[in-house]
Amino acid sequence: MTSIESSSISVLGSRISAEFNPPGPADFELPPFVTLGSVDVTKPMLMFVVTGVVLALFFWAAARKAEVVPGRLQFAGELVYGLVRNSIARDSIGSEKFLPFVPLLFSLFTMILVNNYIGLIPFLQFPTFSHFGFAVALAIIAWVVYIGAGMKVHGVFGYFKHQCVPSGVTGLVLLLIIPLEFLSSIIVRPITLCLRLFANMFAGHLLLMLFAFGGQYLIFEATSPINVTAGVLSFLMFFMISVLELLVMFLQAYVFTLLTAMYIGEAVAESH
Amino acid sequence: MFQAILATASDAHGPNPLIPHTVEIILGGVFFLVFVAVVAIFIVPMFEKAYAERVAAIEGGMEDAEAAQKEAQEALAQYKAQLAEARHEAAGIREEAREQGAAIVAEMREQAQAEADRIVAAAHAQITAEHQQALAQLKTEVGGMATELAGRIVGESLADSDAQRRAVDRFLTELEGSAN
Repeated sequence: MTSIESSSISVLGSRISAEFNPPGPADFELPPFVTLGSVDVTKPMLMFVVTGVVLALFFWAAARKAEVVPGRLQFAGELVYGLVRNSIARDSIGSEKFLPFVPLLFSLFTMILVNNYIGLIPFLQFPTFSHFGFAVALAIIAWVVYIGAGMKVHGVFGYFKHQCVPSGVTGLVLLLIIPLEFLSSIIVRPITLCLRLFANMFAGHLLLMLFAFGGQYLIFEATSPINVTAGVLSFLMFFMISVLELLVMFLQAYVFTLLTAMYIGEAVAESH
Repeated sequence: MFQAILATASDAHGPNPLIPHTVEIILGGVFFLVFVAVVAIFIVPMFEKAYAERVAAIEGGMEDAEAAQKEAQEALAQYKAQLAEARHEAAGIREEAREQGAAIVAEMREQAQAEADRIVAAAHAQITAEHQQALAQLKTEVGGMATELAGRIVGESLADSDAQRRAVDRFLTELEGSAN
């Protein structure tokens, strides 16, 4: 049992064996491409960096000319930029204060979106954010930014008062409210932010792997007519889940960015 | 304790996906911040520039259109004012002409009346003069005729012309007195 599992970790092709191994967390631990010093360079790390470079080049090319009447490339770039700038940043933060946060929100949205969709691109086919570390990194940045922005506007103590003490609440109720508000606004938010993104990507990829490997096993290993039919159905499910994932991947990028914008908007707002 | 739970979970079912790799957090965070910086320096300012220019272009176009419309309205108002003025002037001229015409007619009528009056007066004067003349002539003729008639009746000529004249004068005076 242990030998089968360890062999399935290393090479996906060797998964085909007499006994079906359901895909698990181990399948997310891909072998490193190279080891630089003590650091293993893995597929998600490489893809995260390549995605960033490609995105930066694409949007630089789109924005470079900055013409009043945009060309096709600029129009495509502005479509994404306008979505983040107007629908997410401006509507959540307010038209006076949103501009400084646009670069961060734009980066969040584009990076998460493309790194999610990598999970459906053949051969790449691995969503970067199914590795918790990347989601944690983005959530920490978002957390530092919205708390920092709030402190810049209200002062350190003023910010905690602004965030934890709702206006109109007095007396002993405050003893209950303040810890609750602190917990929900300061502690829980970054955790839910990264968990939501990570769990959706992880579960989606796991589901796709299950239907792919399951279908493969049913058709090629357990060759009875019922099993083959079930295998075909399993492949069918794979395609349907893929379509669902298209939606989920966009939604997760959108939600992460929108929530970050809303947290920033709440932190820099004048009053509750 | 949390770590311990996670560690147990890892042992049971392969690596625990909820334990993030430190390398990934550092690489993800640092690279993401670099990406944000690139976006903030090279991409957002250009998009914002395009936005601002577009807003300016649209607002400029709208202002031009507004100005043109305003100009057109001013011209229309001016034409209307001129038209009204011209109409007013025409009405004034017409009124004046009518007044003048009426005055001319009145004057002509007055002149005609005066002429008529003058003609009538002249006719009256002529008639009076002719009447006086006829009367005077009649007076002398009546005297002569009466004298001759009286002479014939008396049968002799009244030689004494002085007496004759006196008698005639007396007669005439009486006649005049009775006539009056």
